[in-house]
Amino acid sequence: MANTPRIDIMRSPLGRARGLGAARQGAAHWWAQRLTSLALIPLTLWFLCAMVRMIGASRQDVVSWMAGPLPIVLMIALVIATFHHLQAGLQVVIEDYVTQDWLRIGSILLIKGLSVLLALACIISVLRLGL
Amino acid sequence: MVARNSDGKLISRPLSPHLQVYRWPISMALSIGHRATGIGLAVGALLLTWWLVAAAVSDNAFDSMQWFLATPIGMLLLFGWSVALLFHFFAGIRHLIWDAGYGFEKPWYDRSGWAVVIATAVATVLLWIVGLAVW
Repeated sequence: MANTPRIDIMRSPLGRARGLGAARQGAAHWWAQRLTSLALIPLTLWFLCAMVRMIGASRQDVVSWMAGPLPIVLMIALVIATFHHLQAGLQVVIEDYVTQDWLRIGSILLIKGLSVLLALACIISVLRLGL
Repeated sequence: MVARNSDGKLISRPLSPHLQVYRWPISMALSIGHRATGIGLAVGALLLTWWLVAAAVSDNAFDSMQWFLATPIGMLLLFGWSVALLFHFFAGIRHLIWDAGYGFEKPWYDRSGWAVVIATAVATVLLWIVGLAVW
């Protein structure tokens, strides 16, 4: 069997077992960042128009505005896309500059946890306002 | 710089020259700006969260939010937020065009960079003219 296909693995088995190096999730991370940025193009334009209309608004104005079917849906979509994009972007920044393992992993986890909590706070607030 | 190789051994790696060595071409300034505004917008998301939560919680919470935004510091925050958002918006579109495989030729590279700067300036001024007129 001279032509048996084989793959040369350049990393040492120990290196692979330790998990140092690529986590094999880079493509999914990259793609999620692009998809959320694509979604955020129309959502941001809508958001800016909405916020200009909300200048000087009373709380009652916000409530009656959010009660419409479009604002409640788009605001929740904006919140999800924003916080997903935000934590993905900050992760890359942290990975670039923080070299100490515990600090890098800890701060990424902190960012992700905070993003989830803040996004939930936003979504629940929007639901309370609009429903 | 000290790093680890794939065996987990500590080794020292060479460092490339840092920022102060280079000229500042427009594309480099925009690249740094894109990252900086991204970090700034993460802080801006706190403002959005505060606004939504305050509106959901009580009249008092919402009024103090509105009061804060009308102070000079609040206005400065809002202005910075709008500049960062619009810059990140236009520079992000430029990045998406690159991701699609277009726009790598040097003349286009420089021109699209300046287009981002001009679009940001124009959009920011327009936004604030409309905003202040409504207010």
